[in-house]
Amino acid sequence: MTDLTRLTAAQTAERVAGGEVTAVEVAEAHLARIAAVDEKVHAYLHVDREGALAAARAVDARRAAGEPLGPLAGVPLALKDIFTTEGVPTTVGSRILEGWLPPYDATLTKRLKDAGVVILGKTNMDEFAMGSSTENSAYGPTGNPWDLTRIPGGSGGGSAAALASFQAPLAIGTDTGGSIRQPAAVTGTVGVKPTYGGVSRYGMVAFSSSLDQGGPCARTVLDAALLHEAIAGHDPLDSTSIDAPVPAVVEAARHGDVRGLRVGVVTEFSGEGYQDGVMRRFTESVELLRELGAEIVEISCPSFTKALAAYYLIAPSECSSNLARFDAMRYGLRVGDDGTRSAEDVTALTREAGFGAEVKRRVMLGTYALSSGYYDAYYGSAQKVRTLIARDFQRAFESVDVLVSPTTPTTAFPIGERADDPMAMYLADLCTIPSNLAGNAAMSLPCGLAPEDGLPVGLQIIAPAMADDRLYRVGAAVEAAFHTRWGHPLLEEAPVL
Amino acid sequence: MPGITREEVAHLAKLARLELSAEELEHFAGQLDDIIGAVAAVSEVAGEDVPPTSHPLPLTNVMRPDEVRPSLTPEQALSGAPAQEQQRFKVPQILGEE
Repeated sequence: MTDLTRLTAAQTAERVAGGEVTAVEVAEAHLARIAAVDEKVHAYLHVDREGALAAARAVDARRAAGEPLGPLAGVPLALKDIFTTEGVPTTVGSRILEGWLPPYDATLTKRLKDAGVVILGKTNMDEFAMGSSTENSAYGPTGNPWDLTRIPGGSGGGSAAALASFQAPLAIGTDTGGSIRQPAAVTGTVGVKPTYGGVSRYGMVAFSSSLDQGGPCARTVLDAALLHEAIAGHDPLDSTSIDAPVPAVVEAARHGDVRGLRVGVVTEFSGEGYQDGVMRRFTESVELLRELGAEIVEISCPSFTKALAAYYLIAPSECSSNLARFDAMRYGLRVGDDGTRSAEDVTALTREAGFGAEVKRRVMLGTYALSSGYYDAYYGSAQKVRTLIARDFQRAFESVDVLVSPTTPTTAFPIGERADDPMAMYLADLCTIPSNLAGNAAMSLPCGLAPEDGLPVGLQIIAPAMADDRLYRVGAAVEAAFHTRWGHPLLEEAPVL
Repeated sequence: MPGITREEVAHLAKLARLELSAEELEHFAGQLDDIIGAVAAVSEVAGEDVPPTSHPLPLTNVMRPDEVRPSLTPEQALSGAPAQEQQRFKVPQILGEE
């Protein structure tokens, strides 16, 4: 009998629609898988067994009644715990929201439900999406299914680990500086940061509003495209949501082709700090693109060397402002309200108890960068660097169709190695951050294992804003060529849990 | 640019409404100093003639139709309140005792 947890989302939806299997059977297979392995992986913070089965039963009822089913009806999904889910816990990986039951669904949550997607539960993440390892979760780390002693990336490590350990065929992430792409790279899965404004942020807990972008995570390029199409599109409830048609990503994923495509290799994304095995797999990927008919061009983007510095001023500045709402007054944790303390003291005691170290660091860093006397030197300069980075991209896209790079400089590092060394941790996002600052679209997909440690390496593809379909056209071609070369998808090589 | 002192970190913590412990202050002061030293590189490249970018989309004043639509009930809005009274959020004292 087929192991339902090994099917792709596209295969699952087809079988459910064709009556070969029920949505309830698919959901139960995944709930059983979660029960069997998640004690080891810790991908989920909350499993919504009843909600998942009810959603699955609704899909089966619709099918029985002869109603049309959408392209993802009956497919299970792991939702990052940053999107609100009505009546289902939403913690953002923080103690400050422990036990909170949101009174409304995020737009993305609502769209998933409307599409008949079966939400299995909420996945672990770095607190408030601040981190690159999921170690900053207040609820403990997540293991990388390739080696449980290593990080699954972050902030969306739970979503990526759920995919790589076959606890869901689809997942949702959010990407502020790489939190979809970096976990995808280190777990051998596919992750896409859509164009900024492509997917609604309504009901997505804010970290850095000008950078945050929700997006699809999956095990195949086509599955990511199907999910992308289900969640993208204009939302009047998000004023930064783009009011334009969603790029034809599914169509692109079904027709992978790079013939005649001009592919830029960014010179700045190499050199010191890049692991040999990562560069080896990357160079092979570029060679593969050439063999498939792409034209390879070297491109220099000099401002990218300052992207990390700009990001670590802009993101903390915006987060220090966004997180001011956690004041212990309207929802969430309240500590020290003994009838004698002032509201201000209760706020400070609550935030001290409710926030973890990385959140405190960033809130203080942002407070510093925005404070009078330092504003121009720090936040103001960072905003100018942002302009320079956008110009570098603009120039590059005048001569190439997409850019490629390694997604991350190294493979998954051991849990604990960088936990209290913020600068070392921040380096994990070196290649992913420029796209957040410029707001364009980018994908990570597996391009092999690093020979020295046998861990997955990610290939990053970057496309101009609103050209998300190019990611899928290129990604699908690369994926198909690699599968032919390897004889199977990369995840087949992951250890059996 | 100058480094950051323990006293400055204490002030920042106060501004950010974080009741840090003495050990945390010590620990964060060193780390913030390192981070600020590294990110100060932004000022090396940002010339006078470069305009700042605050957002990837060139949006201003996005409006939606002014229509009545469903919203949260008072019970829903108060459902996560740490304390409530008479359909209101109950908060600790805001003004000092006169």
